[in-house]
Amino acid sequence: MNAQTISQAEPLVKARNVHKSFGDNEVLKGIDLDVMPGETVVILGPSGSGKSTFLRCINHLEAMNRGSIQVGNEQIGYELRGKHLRKLSARAIARQRRQIGMVFQQFNLYPHLTVLQNIIEAPVGIHGESRQAAEAYAMTLLQRVGLKEKADAYPRQLSGGQQQRVAIARALAIKPKLILFDEPTSALDPELVGEVLATMKDLAEQGLTMVVVTHEIGFAKEAADRVVFMDGGYIVEQGPPDEILVNPQHPRTRAFLSRVI
Amino acid sequence: MTAAATKPAFSPKDDVTELALRDVAHARQPINYSRWLMWAFTLAVTLKFGWMVANNKNFEWHVVGQWFTADSILRGLSVSLGLTVVAMVIGVVIGLLLAIARMSDSKLFVMLSSLYIWFFRGTPLLVQLIFWYNMSTLFPQVTIGIPFGPTLASWNTNDLITPLTAAIAGLALNEAAYMAEIIRGGLLSVDPGQIETTQAFGMTRARALRRIIIPQAMKSIIPPTGNQLISMIKATSLVSVIAMGDLLYSVQAVYNRTFEIIPMLMVAVLWYLLVTSILNVGQSAIERYYSRGDKGRTVATAKPAPEAEAGMAVNLGDAR
Repeated sequence: MNAQTISQAEPLVKARNVHKSFGDNEVLKGIDLDVMPGETVVILGPSGSGKSTFLRCINHLEAMNRGSIQVGNEQIGYELRGKHLRKLSARAIARQRRQIGMVFQQFNLYPHLTVLQNIIEAPVGIHGESRQAAEAYAMTLLQRVGLKEKADAYPRQLSGGQQQRVAIARALAIKPKLILFDEPTSALDPELVGEVLATMKDLAEQGLTMVVVTHEIGFAKEAADRVVFMDGGYIVEQGPPDEILVNPQHPRTRAFLSRVI
Repeated sequence: MTAAATKPAFSPKDDVTELALRDVAHARQPINYSRWLMWAFTLAVTLKFGWMVANNKNFEWHVVGQWFTADSILRGLSVSLGLTVVAMVIGVVIGLLLAIARMSDSKLFVMLSSLYIWFFRGTPLLVQLIFWYNMSTLFPQVTIGIPFGPTLASWNTNDLITPLTAAIAGLALNEAAYMAEIIRGGLLSVDPGQIETTQAFGMTRARALRRIIIPQAMKSIIPPTGNQLISMIKATSLVSVIAMGDLLYSVQAVYNRTFEIIPMLMVAVLWYLLVTSILNVGQSAIERYYSRGDKGRTVATAKPAPEAEAGMAVNLGDAR
């Protein structure tokens, strides 16, 4: 990691009082959360608890109704000028998002591009890297996720697990300071979940800052620095995995864990 | 159930010869007499019709042969093809802008785009062409300036609107309205997850369209666009009403003099058929190119597109 403008003590993600409604349905009812640099935060919770929505608010794919989220020294989608907070243009928002990688539930690889082209699209097209350097880095990333020989394949020729590993390599290729994982294993056949989780665990150990929304308790236990349990639009409980998963304090956490494990 | 799976392939009670006969691998097709009959009938009718057309003196095939590659006809053909290409290119470009405008967040752009499409799709092309040609009777002067303010430049409409510019304007602006809807349909067919991904990675809207969205939309844009192109080739025959020397006009010029109406129309018909056939071949090649990355396809299929373009260019070159 290169020298960062923020000091080690400052959180990389700072969410305060985040509210989000879809019509009359209030999905987030005031979320406060800090994510420290290098930390892996796993967000657990039942379906409809708002965890995916919160993740999508972090990079402003979803616009929230109240509160604020800062990533580093940016507030994605907004800019504080003096005493006024202004909404930014689409172009400015695009610029802010460049340091944040994202991995989706449905992989969302570009189907008309090969694996290698998928990975170098952002580094070459957005970050202005040379094609040669981007390709070389893409190949090291592919090796890391164990798919070096698939560089020239098209996404549809790969299994779901392989596609998701390519998607992870694509997110890493922009050298992000933060990666968001939105239920990365939920669309996979059970026997393919392991390979993706192993890749993610590897990243967590290398000190990447990750926010992971998932249903995989096993992954939370092994890879998380902190587990956040959400239910009904609130953070119910959070702490180290050994505490939250082994000895949960809140009855709703206990009920959820007993159903899942 | 599990016991059945562990049984030997043949049990002692099986009649082995009968089982061999029952093997579906050696099953024969049923003899389908009605299908053969239909083939024979269709073939007979086709041959008879071909014979009639070929031997009908009124078609005057020697006249068709004599004029098929005459200079004036080839000049008319090149005008038709040139008009098609120019009008189509302008139509696609304006159509793309209209489609993007109609899908934008700006209410003003949506309204302007809808208004354009409403007007140009809602009036006959022939009327639009005649209007363009007679524009000078409506607006004798074309002026660039600030509304209600000073004038920056001004032209005489009669100098601007020749048969050629009227034809291009009429065909292209009409085509743009149809292409806008075709392109919009194509853009809508792309998985919203793809658009979200380009946003998450910080792509600008223009780059996302160019690199990710449009290439995927092409698969559903190409077939109707091929249709439009073929319609356009035939629609260029409408410009003969504004004295533009296209294929139909040059054919008419000959038969007005010689009264060989049917053979001269056959010359035009054969040329139109020939050109549209070539375009069909080109279209399938382009479709193959844009369906690369589909299941089961390999990297090798990415090749045909340049060949297809080259093929079309050569054919256009020959025609001129």
